[in-house]
Amino acid sequence: MSSSALKNALISSITFLILAGWMLGVRMEASSQGIQLSLASAKSLQWLYIGVAAVFFSQLFHQAIFGRFKKKPGDASSGFKLSFKLPTMESNPKGFRLMVSFVLAALIIWPFLVTRGSVDLATLALIYIMLGLGLNVVVGLAGLLDLGYVGFYAVGAYSYALLSEQGLGFWTCLPIAGGLAALFGLILGFPVLRLRGDYLAIVTLGFGEIIRLLLNNLTHLTGGPNGISGIAKPTFFGLEFNRKVKDGGWDTMHNFFGYDYSSTHKVIFLYLMAVLLVAITLFVINRLLRMPIGRAWEALREDEIACRSLGLNPTVIKLSAFTIGAGFAGFAGSFFAARQGFISPESFTFIESAIILAIVVLGGMGSQLGVVFAAIIMTVLPELAREFNEYRMLMFGLMMVFMMIWRPQGLLPMNRPHLELKEAS
Amino acid sequence: MSALLKVDNLTMRFGGLLAVNNVALELHPGEIVSIIGPNGAGKTTVFNCLTGFYRPTSGEIHFNGEAIQGMKGHQIARKGIVRTFQHVRLFKDMTVIENLLVAQHRHLNNNFIAGLLKTPAFRRSEQDAMQRALSWLEKVGLAEFANRSAGNLAYGQQRRLEIARCMVTQPQILMLDEPAAGLNPKETDDLDNLIEDLRSKENVSVLLIEHDMKLVMGISDRIYVVNQGCPLANGKPAEIKDNPDVIKAYLGEF
Ligand SMILES: Nc1ncnc2c1ncn2[C@@H]1O[C@H](COP(=O)(O)OP(=O)(O)OP(=O)(O)O)[C@@H](O)[C@H]1O
Ligand SMILES: [Mg+2]
Repeated sequence: MSSSALKNALISSITFLILAGWMLGVRMEASSQGIQLSLASAKSLQWLYIGVAAVFFSQLFHQAIFGRFKKKPGDASSGFKLSFKLPTMESNPKGFRLMVSFVLAALIIWPFLVTRGSVDLATLALIYIMLGLGLNVVVGLAGLLDLGYVGFYAVGAYSYALLSEQGLGFWTCLPIAGGLAALFGLILGFPVLRLRGDYLAIVTLGFGEIIRLLLNNLTHLTGGPNGISGIAKPTFFGLEFNRKVKDGGWDTMHNFFGYDYSSTHKVIFLYLMAVLLVAITLFVINRLLRMPIGRAWEALREDEIACRSLGLNPTVIKLSAFTIGAGFAGFAGSFFAARQGFISPESFTFIESAIILAIVVLGGMGSQLGVVFAAIIMTVLPELAREFNEYRMLMFGLMMVFMMIWRPQGLLPMNRPHLELKEAS
Repeated sequence: MSALLKVDNLTMRFGGLLAVNNVALELHPGEIVSIIGPNGAGKTTVFNCLTGFYRPTSGEIHFNGEAIQGMKGHQIARKGIVRTFQHVRLFKDMTVIENLLVAQHRHLNNNFIAGLLKTPAFRRSEQDAMQRALSWLEKVGLAEFANRSAGNLAYGQQRRLEIARCMVTQPQILMLDEPAAGLNPKETDDLDNLIEDLRSKENVSVLLIEHDMKLVMGISDRIYVVNQGCPLANGKPAEIKDNPDVIKAYLGEF
């Protein structure tokens, strides 16, 4: 601990005392001569002293604490490093297929072994995975900061809710809802994608809010703040998972196959559907990464000017990422509506966008496995720590701060599939 | 022979600064034409105007008889005018071969469904692109580095990769902005040969900005000299070498 640290700590705490003193240290009282200043109550003074002490000591030991998180010179990556490599499609196609089938099998068997609550929570996590993966295309792959992503999620959800009221089934609505959300992405993206960085973030933030406000105020269509309830649940080829036929199906599952009704089956069915949707999402994104458009996203993120000089149209390429991302949000939204059976603008506030973005950043921009992990953490942790519910946002913030210090590249940083030239060719 | 590229009265003004003032220039098929001039003369600005990175204040640019001034950069590139940059602009985190694949973007099969399902047409288009990329890597002597990330190449190799990246787009005009800057004499000689080859074997016309007088005088069919934005002289290398105005402009620099 050097004398400069001591000096720094002293200056910081005095600055803090002066700044905070105005708010905590004095009290304004209305008296007959007007407003009078007096010393604040003992309690708030106490808080002030605690604050000063906290600032003093944290500055004093700043180096000692945060120095640990800093990279050592010569150490390529900080923190832990995965010592084994998962098989990838390129390096080991056989191992990769084996791994995928194994994981899928585990995911399919798992819900039959655990409680209904866990399956329900897993379904929620899967929705966030889908959202995270979709936003990852926009933010992680194309490098466009989108703070209004939840708007497309809302479009998907309301599309399904409104279409199913017209008697359309879930599987018909799903592509329509995805398509509508993508269309929204296209329309919104077109004017705003010439903006860069912060400006884009602010405009998308605005669009997200506009969509929510529209939902709130187009009362005749969306039911306003009351939302839409009684949304039909998905069916299995027209077979319902209800006790009695009510969602427009032609029979119920348990009746058709002749087993006893259990409400758990519906939960498991929804879970399996979510697994299917996530699997499709992962497949599509993995293909995209290996397609020309995926390479163009990467190139555009690295050097837009070089891209233009080679004849790549930046607007079209960004727009494609924006549209595809919005489409995935639409799928997730319509599944969300189907699962909840009830939606209202409450579910599509800015904080939702922030959480999805946090998932992407936490996981590692562009990294799919990272996003999956982060989505699970972000949905399961709050459930496990139920009793700390009031501190949820605090913990969330702390986690982000520490992540940024400790591992700014995310939990599992992106490992883009590089196209390799085979020796033989 | 009609001009491939014809520029008239090109003017570019930045606020009070007249960076390019009434420049005219012509490039005929199969020619190598150089633009020279002291630092800050406005050479790069001319390039930026021709390739659509700046919108010229006034003037006409005709490519194959079509007016292209005011078009966007990517549109002009698609017509067949590509360029390198004074400071190398590679996609550093992508591999060498990927750099060349990105450049072929518009020639590739961009059908979403085809790519999703890896249809035979999609595979074939990717294969062709790979093949073209590889053949260009061989031409510029970088085949062994195909799977390296571009940022890890030596500087001279990056320069050559940048040229290869332009060439895979199958351009008609290749514009090189100081390609020899920072190269050693041996590399400069290789570059000289490469540019000659591009002209004779690949049928591109080359517009070159360069400070290396030996290279410029040896390779150019014609030379344009600009000084403080204004055209100063143009003609065959021998004429330029003896032009008193040019000598004065260059001497004045020191
Ligand atoms: N975007 C811009 N905004 C303002 N001024 C500019 C801009 N681009 C170039 N200039 C100015 O125009 C003049 C010509 O610059 P330019 O880069 O074209 O010179 P150059 O001939 O390429 O020089 P060099 O040999 O050093 O590369 C310079 O004075 C430069 O400062
Ligand atoms: Mg220049």
